[in-house]
Amino acid sequence: MEEKVVEIAGLKKSFGDLDVLKGVDLDLYKGENLVVLGKSGSGKSVLIKIMVGLLKQDEGSMKVLGQEVSKLGTKALNELRLKIGFSFQNSALYDSMTVRENMEFPLVRNVKNLTRGEITRKIEELLDSVGLPQSINQMPSELSGGQKKRIGVARTLILNPEIMLYDEPTAGLDPITCMDINNLINQVREQYNTSSIVITHDLTCAKVTGDRQAVLLDGQFKAIGSFEDVFAHAQDGRVKSFYDYNFIDS
Amino acid sequence: MAEEADRKPVLSKKIDKFFTGLASAWSFVRRFFKEVFLPPYELKEVFHQCYRIGVESLPLISLTGFIVGIVFTNQSRPSLSEFGATSWLPSLISIAVVRAMGPLVTALIAAGKMGSSIGAEIGSMKVTEQIDAMEVSATNPFKFLVVTRVLATTFMIPVLVMYTDFVALMGSFLSVNANENVSMTTFFVEVFESISFLDINSSVLKSLLFGFTIGIVGCYKGYNSSKGTEGVGRAANSAVVMAMFLIFIEELLVLQIVNAIRMM
Repeated sequence: MEEKVVEIAGLKKSFGDLDVLKGVDLDLYKGENLVVLGKSGSGKSVLIKIMVGLLKQDEGSMKVLGQEVSKLGTKALNELRLKIGFSFQNSALYDSMTVRENMEFPLVRNVKNLTRGEITRKIEELLDSVGLPQSINQMPSELSGGQKKRIGVARTLILNPEIMLYDEPTAGLDPITCMDINNLINQVREQYNTSSIVITHDLTCAKVTGDRQAVLLDGQFKAIGSFEDVFAHAQDGRVKSFYDYNFIDS
Repeated sequence: MAEEADRKPVLSKKIDKFFTGLASAWSFVRRFFKEVFLPPYELKEVFHQCYRIGVESLPLISLTGFIVGIVFTNQSRPSLSEFGATSWLPSLISIAVVRAMGPLVTALIAAGKMGSSIGAEIGSMKVTEQIDAMEVSATNPFKFLVVTRVLATTFMIPVLVMYTDFVALMGSFLSVNANENVSMTTFFVEVFESISFLDINSSVLKSLLFGFTIGIVGCYKGYNSSKGTEGVGRAANSAVVMAMFLIFIEELLVLQIVNAIRMM
């Protein structure tokens, strides 16, 4: 029996009169890369923000690593957050800090008794693994979009998370950089043994990185399964059109 | 009739918005007082912000303080000379500068410079999800961004006020020395004879209040800015306007309290 790291059941979330999630059920298994596809504004990001406690659901259950997120106190929630890496859509690098300071930030606040040398070694190791060892003293404003994404991923990896959440990892990037990011997502899973949820509307990214795909439309998952299962035998016209309007070349 | 019916919801919406805003600002201030006493204390960031606020404001405050001292002295001289009382200039200037102009000018400049900068910085961090990034990395963004900045403005504004007082008095001395041929010793003896401990204490306390206001308003506006770059601009702008408005209200209230104490 595969171990579930995330269990979502009957999750509902509204903003005012707008029902974004209308009873969502989904599981993420250990070591799996799950891609959540959907139109802009379909509630994909809301789903992962509830997962890390940035938003609270109206109804339903969101269990991460066996803990009901909405019932956790601040301390327990922070402990859980250390096991989750969140790569933001716009990287969310602290723009008044250098790359080194960005990466140090979560480390020095959450891991005690680290020497200066150990911190530097850890940062250099991670920058190496995302292919940007030379950028350690650069400011975020000096980096390209793809480089920022890589540094953002490296920053989340510094606390050795068990689960990685990628919010639109390829949005706004050129096709070659998109491919680099897709490869990085797969590399992170292999190198750091993470389970991941990738939020995207890019089908190439979905196909390359996902073991399973889940298509979120109108606040509910309309199809869940392998890429072929979801799109080759799509019953829902909107899922089919989602495929038809994307160019797949991988 | 129809027009009246249309107007009602708009008015109630505005009243709703006003009271919701007031409640949200109050809970923001309460959260500050709750968080300020809880560890971790982020002292490194507090010192960094103190340095930014203090050092970066120095050139502007020096220039403004110096000019205020000279201009106020030159403007007061003709009125005093009508009564042959130009020898009262040091006393007059010291009372005006220490009691009111020093704190007020410094606070208004800091509100314009630091308030807008804090509002824009935190606002842009909010819209680019940097605050969320801090939160998901198990760091309390309120403590790191808000508490540190509010403490820095609260403690640095009194320091800047004392510096402004000194620079303004130096400006005044240059004018008095050039026109009345008064030595520096005589000038400053008269300055210190005219001001009391109550003046200095009330000036420091008032400056602490102004500093707190500038910091908390800037942070509140930035932290609650809406999405997009327009929201950041609006946050910066309203941080300045609101801080200046509150500074004038506080000045008025403190003046009443100090005058009441003086009468006792």
